[in-house]
Amino acid sequence: MDLTWSPREEAFRSEVREWLARNVPAEPLPSGDTREGFAAHLEWERRLHEAHLSVVSWPVRYGGRDAGPWEWLIFEEEYHRAGAPQRVTQNGIFLLAPALFEFGTPAQQDRYLPPMASGAETWCQGWSEPEAGSDLAAIRARAVRDEAGGGWRLFGQKTWTTRGAFCTHLFGLFRTDPTAGRHRGLTYFLVPLGIDGVTVRGFGRLDGDEGFADVFFDGAFVTDDAVLGEVGEGWRIAMATASSERGLTLRSPGRFLAAATRLVELWRRRRGDAGPATRDALVRAVIAAEAYAAQTLAVVTRSAAGARPGVEASLAKVFWSELDVVIHEVARDLLGPEAELDDVWARGHQFALAGPIYAGTNEIQRNVIAERLLGLPR
Amino acid sequence: MRFAWTEVQESFAAAVGAVCARECPPERLRALWDAAETAQPVELPGWAALADQGLLDALAPTEHGGLGLDAVDVIPAAVATGRAALPGPFVEHAFVAGPVLADRGVRASAALGPAPFAAHAADVDVLVVGAGDRLCLLDRAGARLERCRSVDRSRRLARVRWDPGAPRPVGGPAELAAAFDRGIVGFAAQLLGLAEAMLERTCEYVRERHQFGVPVGSFQAVKHKLADVRVAIEFAAPLVARAGWAVTHDGERAGVWASMAKAAAADAAELAARHALQCHGAIGYSWEHDLHLWMKRAWALSRAWGDAAWHRERVARVVLDGEDGP
Repeated sequence: MDLTWSPREEAFRSEVREWLARNVPAEPLPSGDTREGFAAHLEWERRLHEAHLSVVSWPVRYGGRDAGPWEWLIFEEEYHRAGAPQRVTQNGIFLLAPALFEFGTPAQQDRYLPPMASGAETWCQGWSEPEAGSDLAAIRARAVRDEAGGGWRLFGQKTWTTRGAFCTHLFGLFRTDPTAGRHRGLTYFLVPLGIDGVTVRGFGRLDGDEGFADVFFDGAFVTDDAVLGEVGEGWRIAMATASSERGLTLRSPGRFLAAATRLVELWRRRRGDAGPATRDALVRAVIAAEAYAAQTLAVVTRSAAGARPGVEASLAKVFWSELDVVIHEVARDLLGPEAELDDVWARGHQFALAGPIYAGTNEIQRNVIAERLLGLPR
Repeated sequence: MRFAWTEVQESFAAAVGAVCARECPPERLRALWDAAETAQPVELPGWAALADQGLLDALAPTEHGGLGLDAVDVIPAAVATGRAALPGPFVEHAFVAGPVLADRGVRASAALGPAPFAAHAADVDVLVVGAGDRLCLLDRAGARLERCRSVDRSRRLARVRWDPGAPRPVGGPAELAAAFDRGIVGFAAQLLGLAEAMLERTCEYVRERHQFGVPVGSFQAVKHKLADVRVAIEFAAPLVARAGWAVTHDGERAGVWASMAKAAAADAAELAARHALQCHGAIGYSWEHDLHLWMKRAWALSRAWGDAAWHRERVARVVLDGEDGP
């Protein structure tokens, strides 16, 4: 156990902190889940990229800094502490990129990673379908071989696709072998959304922003190099990187430490209205945020020693998503009658409620924990 | 930055766990329960073997015959004692008294919590108490003990009082706070071990127990309860480790970290006890079944030296109200 940072890590923290202090917009940007707000956030992403801060853990040649997991953690902590804008590029840089690094060809990496790092190309995740939510392997969208064209034609529908209406590309699973088992006939495709045969229709989330989309495929053609990994290996690739989504890559502890700090500030303004039950619930949330931060140190210690994120990510997914809900419930109690107002806390509350649903519902995560970590029978 | 136990710390814990498993099987715990009302000192299972291992004096300085280890070094071993539901004032002796007691030949317990209870007060030579804002040692001969029955009868609990002048001061407010914080970190570690043991036993049981022709562990209602226990342990454990570091290295705010750890570990152990009993069903509700040896220890330790709400309030006074310390 050594809970001290090296001089190099401290220097990195100072650099990030100072850059953010100079550059984070004084006024919050409009929601990144609207067309106008998405554009404003891409402008922010361009500035991050110019400072080599958009993808610190990536290799230098793709726009990163070759930062190790500890520096990545420091970056995230400072980013959230500074109240910097949401990352509208997150589904590409945090969810697709780990799969590209592990399973992509050098040509694919060279083609896709640099514009992803700068925000010039933005990615949405094409997993869910109307009949495939928690039961992801029930995917029906299909890719049919087009021998004459030397590629594939895509058919079917993806839905609840976050920021699909604003992104340029989609990564998704399509069924390439309808005769193979549920998990075996799937292939991972990288699809530009601007091509013929793709129709995107945005629709409102709970908060009314157009943050969701249906994506329809009607014979859209992609070449063989749109396949990530091997044909038929889509499930394995998606699951190999699912831990990134459930675990700390998507939701680093800095986010919840910063939220807990804002909650304490809210409490100081509203304490006169708060009863002892709210006070206790608030402290529970503060302790839980610290617990997540401490647990992350243990996870990063293992990952710095070369361990891959595994099933343990389901523990984190349950914990951070439910913590986020609790933080916002306490905020609503502190706000009293003003909790009715559609402000930043109300928006945060509605976003937090998505956490136990996306990236595999918490009911699915609890099944994973029970079956894969506790060894209970399926 | 490195947040992990060393091999030495882990192998020490494994050795302690092996001794506990050998010396402290459920029969011996039950024998201690039967001796709950005895006023005479009783022999504590495993105590001599753990003394030989150095565990009991692990935190005592080497110049006083101890191993000179710190709280971080001994937390994994303390978790192992919790897993075995080791009876006896191990935390009080090793974590609380160890660093302040010069004499290695005596056995100690302590009463530093918000209530004046001490476990095994009749079985020790000296008690660590707080008199006013001073950390003191109180010889058993100078203590007025009133036996009380803990829900966990193996604890041989007593209410401790003393005549003015009986406690011998060995430290001021800082030492008193430090001793208390070491104690609650030790109890938090034991609570983690108790929670782990109850979860493991319950998983074994629900894999074997069949109803409706299938293992009850295949039912989602059972799975989700036990998954919640696993989550609670996963996120309490790092707080206990963090608190161990804090009481060893961060003078500032050590008490906040220690109280966070005690609150989280107590909640995890209470949840483990609740779900372990429910998932065992009626067999777990039977006196003959061993589950309650762990469950009742968890109930006792989660309340001893401040329950979770008490510790959260201690955190609140610093984090919310901006008070100094603890």
